[in-house]
Amino acid sequence: MAIKDYLRQRFFPHIWCPGCGHGIVLSSLLHAVEELGLAKNDIVMTSGIGCSARISGYVDFHSLHTLHGRALAFATGVKLAKPALNLLVPMGDGDALAIGGNHFIHAARRNINITAIVMNNRIYGMTGGQFSPLSGCGKRATTAPFLTIDQEFDVVKLAKAAGASFVARSTTYHAKESTLYLKKAIMHKGFSVVEILSQCPTHYGRKNKEGDAPDMLELYKDTTAKLGSKALEKNPDLIPRGIFVEEERGEYCEEYDKLVDKAMGGAR
Amino acid sequence: MKNNIRFVQGNEACVEGALYAGLNFYAGYPITPSTEIAESLSGRLPRAGGKFIQMEDEIASMCAIIGASLTGKKVMTATSGPGFSLKQEAIGYACMAEIPCVIANVQRGGPSTGNPTHVSQGDVNQARWGTHGDHGIIALTASNHQDVFAITVDAFNLAETYRTPVILLLDEAIGHMREKLVIPEEGALPIVDRLRTSVGKGVDYHPYLPREDGRLPMSDFGDVHRYNVTGLFHDMWGFPSNNPRVVNELLHHIVDKIENNVHSITRHKEHFLEDADYVMVSYGSSARSAIHLAKNRRKRGEKIGVLELQSIWPFPTAMIREKCSGAKAVIVVEMNMGQVLAQVKSAVDHPENVFLANRIDGELITPTDIKQLLRVIQGRGV
Amino acid sequence: MAKQKLKELVINGDWCKGCGICIKFCPTQVLELDRQDRCIAVRPEDCICCKMCELRCPDLAIEVITEKGEGGDHEK
Repeated sequence: MAIKDYLRQRFFPHIWCPGCGHGIVLSSLLHAVEELGLAKNDIVMTSGIGCSARISGYVDFHSLHTLHGRALAFATGVKLAKPALNLLVPMGDGDALAIGGNHFIHAARRNINITAIVMNNRIYGMTGGQFSPLSGCGKRATTAPFLTIDQEFDVVKLAKAAGASFVARSTTYHAKESTLYLKKAIMHKGFSVVEILSQCPTHYGRKNKEGDAPDMLELYKDTTAKLGSKALEKNPDLIPRGIFVEEERGEYCEEYDKLVDKAMGGAR
Repeated sequence: MKNNIRFVQGNEACVEGALYAGLNFYAGYPITPSTEIAESLSGRLPRAGGKFIQMEDEIASMCAIIGASLTGKKVMTATSGPGFSLKQEAIGYACMAEIPCVIANVQRGGPSTGNPTHVSQGDVNQARWGTHGDHGIIALTASNHQDVFAITVDAFNLAETYRTPVILLLDEAIGHMREKLVIPEEGALPIVDRLRTSVGKGVDYHPYLPREDGRLPMSDFGDVHRYNVTGLFHDMWGFPSNNPRVVNELLHHIVDKIENNVHSITRHKEHFLEDADYVMVSYGSSARSAIHLAKNRRKRGEKIGVLELQSIWPFPTAMIREKCSGAKAVIVVEMNMGQVLAQVKSAVDHPENVFLANRIDGELITPTDIKQLLRVIQGRGV
Repeated sequence: MAKQKLKELVINGDWCKGCGICIKFCPTQVLELDRQDRCIAVRPEDCICCKMCELRCPDLAIEVITEKGEGGDHEK
């Protein structure tokens, strides 16, 4: 099947701004789904609120567009109720880690088989460019006219500490790499997190003098490096890309099945 | 003889009713005085082939049951006080996206953390208007464990029939009190199952196009129809729309499906109501004291009765007006500062004859409390 | 790996928002913006079918169709 066959084409062109990285994330994700040959009826995409959340309307899967920050909580209900379904949960940075931070760490802790995708553009785009918990210090935003003083989360470290059993990071510049990580994340049994740095030229790029969309992609090329690479060794200030965690651990729905066996005293 | 008699807490009666109605997914977070519902279901559901999950908070619990409902499960969560406040955003989502679900709120004293281990009926208005925006809502209540069981079954049936969240407004006294419960035989109470679409694969399915009777047949997530569910105003396929006509029609639909069916949704009981000069309107544990008082006074020949509400929202305005039309005085007995009182006053022809017998100190209202007000109304002094 | 041969470079002008990402990163300068600021293939004969324009297009407006069908692996 072609990528287009996974789209609800009647809603295109999409609502995202010219050069927005979220469209690239959508493309990478659909390439991953296509290469894995997953059936559309077996996929539920759950999203929250914000620019990122609009992604669920564009895919021809079962789609659940929910509340700000709550996508993983809804997804947990869907997954536990029907474990055979594949749950894809793309979220923005504010969505996943500000208002949704609690759901994020607890979904990771449970190690429930859901693929969380953090589309990190370091800004609240839909409300017009306020700083997020991933903006970091010294950034300009509509709510930070004197530059931000808030420290940012490191999504990879947070997900790892919270118990996610698959954690990876890539960027929209590295679209093929993103697809590869997304494929691995979807196939991984347990809670998987893929952070994809995704440019917002309209709000973040313009205010922070990072240029237009192609310039921002260039920046992703220059400011990131593969885990284990010479470049990263030489310059630890680069943002590492790669697979940080990939381990097997009891998956929540399977553990629940074992609990049922115990409850039935082996009568099942 | 069948072992179908139990001596249980009201919270356990609620659990029995939910399982009888077909509950197979529960998500919750511990909070007094509703916790026994979660505790009980954590043991019962896995054995009954269902799912139980303790979430990270009440918000997540509400979201999880909505997600599970979309896969075709009958779902419930239970909470109290602050937890009910936290659930409100997602309750609004369930109203908008028309997701069947049941929320038990075992009321305690508020506002805020309030009086966690004591009884109150202060969440009546929150059940109606806790979430923002216009919407219809169903809220049921009961004063004894047999009724808690039956009304819980009703809650699931109404949630499925109208594709809406249904709130079970219990209270601490009912939730924690122990009394006898007889579990009805299978089939003794009607069960409404999920109405699923008959539209086949490849045929355009409209998840949000009501049938002629107003009902919306559903398709489970994972089945052949891939549609969109959103909390935004949406078209008949579930896709976001801000078209004024679409917005107007949808808002009317989610309000009207409840408000136009008040007669089939609302439930009440009458105790000594025929020929009553004094009508006590009450519900939940308060109604027990009102019924006790009426019973005693009837023995002395006083014409006094109780109109017990088993559903509060949508408010049974016409029924209240009719039942109270011949009364010299109407006394609303409740444990708040007059939340049902305001509704009764606006329902009756003579609001000046409607009085409030209440307690708000965390203690159960007693027959004596009501008696004191009754003496004043009857002109017999304090 | 066998070299890919371009069959067609399909660009959906209705979806393209003219951000210029595909143009900037095309290794063989196949693409340009037209006067409506939409991407067009001006030198398709130079295309090496790396598909990076397709993969990086935020508008999902580009499809690189090769003679052999799917394939074409070329990562920086």
